[in-house]
Amino acid sequence: MDTESTHSGYSYHSSRSGRSNRHGDRSRERHKASSKDSVRSERSVVINPPDSPSQESPVHNGEPLPGEPIPGGEQGDEAQDDNWGETTTAVTGTSELSISQEDVVGLGKEIQDRTQGFRRYLPVAVGLCVGLLMVATPLVFLLLPVVMWPDRLQACGTACEGLFLSISFKLLILLVAIWALFIRQSRASLPRVCVYRAFLTTLTLLLTMSYWLFYGVRILDAQDEDYHGIVQFAVSLVDSQLFVHYLAVVLLELRHLQPCYSVCVMRSTDGETRHYNIGQLSIQKAALSILEYYYRDFPLHNPALLSASKHRAAKHLAGLKVYNVDTPGSTAGAQPSNGNQSRAMVTAAGKRKDSAHNELYYEEADYERRVRKRRARLVVAVEEAFTHVRRMKKEDERATPSDIMDVREAALAIFPSMARALQKYLRTTRRQHCHSMESIQKHLGFCLINNMSPKAFLEAYLAPGPTLQYGPERWMADQWTLVSEASVTSGIKEGTEFLLKCLDFTLAVSIKGIPYIRLTEEYIDPKSHKFILLLQSETSV
Amino acid sequence: MSFTPGQPVTAVVQRIEIQKLRHGDNLILGFSIGGGIDQDPGQNPFSEDKTDKGIYVTRISTGGPAEDAGLRMGDKIMQVNGWDMTMVTHDQARKRLTKKNEDVVRLLVTRRSLEDAVKNSMSRP
Repeated sequence: MDTESTHSGYSYHSSRSGRSNRHGDRSRERHKASSKDSVRSERSVVINPPDSPSQESPVHNGEPLPGEPIPGGEQGDEAQDDNWGETTTAVTGTSELSISQEDVVGLGKEIQDRTQGFRRYLPVAVGLCVGLLMVATPLVFLLLPVVMWPDRLQACGTACEGLFLSISFKLLILLVAIWALFIRQSRASLPRVCVYRAFLTTLTLLLTMSYWLFYGVRILDAQDEDYHGIVQFAVSLVDSQLFVHYLAVVLLELRHLQPCYSVCVMRSTDGETRHYNIGQLSIQKAALSILEYYYRDFPLHNPALLSASKHRAAKHLAGLKVYNVDTPGSTAGAQPSNGNQSRAMVTAAGKRKDSAHNELYYEEADYERRVRKRRARLVVAVEEAFTHVRRMKKEDERATPSDIMDVREAALAIFPSMARALQKYLRTTRRQHCHSMESIQKHLGFCLINNMSPKAFLEAYLAPGPTLQYGPERWMADQWTLVSEASVTSGIKEGTEFLLKCLDFTLAVSIKGIPYIRLTEEYIDPKSHKFILLLQSETSV
Repeated sequence: MSFTPGQPVTAVVQRIEIQKLRHGDNLILGFSIGGGIDQDPGQNPFSEDKTDKGIYVTRISTGGPAEDAGLRMGDKIMQVNGWDMTMVTHDQARKRLTKKNEDVVRLLVTRRSLEDAVKNSMSRP
């Protein structure tokens, strides 16, 4: 698969995406045929429990999700715990050949096919194989002469022993280095293979092949007797491998550490924007690090908060009635009049919507007041609840055993007094689906153990936290699709823009370069800091 | 009353002669001065040009010899007894005005109204 994607032309991409899509279709049918339960147990760890509110929460409030014909149950298949950075096949070609009808239709509905598991472990497997090859080759170089023509071999003394020592330590270092750099759990699966990895693999294999070639011709065929020379040959191979590894470290790890681009990430539904600095990366790697930042920084996506603007838009549209007076196939002369009529309708509706902004203003003011009132009640309730429990001290040991409780019981004991106020507050701010009763009690227990103040306990509920804080079933952002006009393995440049789509919203990413900074120095003599006093005196004469 | 550096200062001036009044052990003139080349010219409320470091009359005591002689608040003192006052420190100005062996000080003062009056009379045919 490495060698396949190094020459990624647009036409090639279409065949690849078509292939994977067809595969996806086939596997989709396979899913429907087999029992859902077996598929679910095969792949997932925590799936939607039947009473979990997330999938039936405001998203399904009678508004169908766009392009979502799959019922909620199968959607749960994708909510796997260890899958947060997963991306699916990208549609990135710009030539009309590459976007087939299948691709466009399949954009929102792609589900993971069985090859996904294979793709996850592929980089690790390749790294392992290449690494073992690397480490084994010098050893084989050294052993073959000893095995094949031991009698004719010239023994070499201390110089060889020194070289054996150095080979062994270098091989050990190489082994550890390969393990550290390549044998790692991959944290995401990207649509295309990293160019640098492919390049490095090719380079290493080329190096090894050429060494094998020389070895085979010069040493095996000729049955060279100079063992010292053979050992030096093996040492030079290990040195070259270490340098290639150094190149790997520089290309894969160091190059993108220095920031040179500033990235602006905007969520499409509520406009949350964040800015980050990243280094020189390919588009897919940049998308990956942006997604990791997304889970850390962006507050949880809450579809319940967007319904207000949708209602307003719906009302505005309902006020417009455009009638088509002309029969279909009318003359060209009649068309402009239709256009004029619709324009007249729009201006009439515009005059009528003068009251909409008034409504919005009063609604928002009212909402603010309600939230503040509920918040005040909540704060008081929580503070009162926290006064009922305190840590057990020495003198309390003589108290009746029924009074001494562990954390869970203590949390359960004080929870009811604040539960109602908390529930009402969460309902007002439309976040009641983010927190379940167990999670609230667990958080309460956590705060009690760590001696937190009531305010500290409340902070988790007053503002929406980052997406990662909630469990995977609440993210509503499991599968990501990278939509880009440029090829995803090309590096990011000033002015690059791409989209990260998930089912409910998209993240629009635009890239600007960090400006070239010209810094000059100016020397100030410390003795030059002298001052005079300016007075304004008035003297009478 | 503004000046350009390097050019001679020209102004319309009024001659004022003040007799010093004996007040106890001192001879007083009855007004206060402010300004000087060692002072901050930006805080002078009477000057038109805020970089003018000349000596200005800041207060006139009522009924004193200065008021009788015709000195007004906001006047800029250009000369005292022939000594120049446009480029002096505050202390030097005070010393020139309070010499014990002089009974009378002859001042050349300028003010905006003098210039306006001259201009008006010149423009009238």
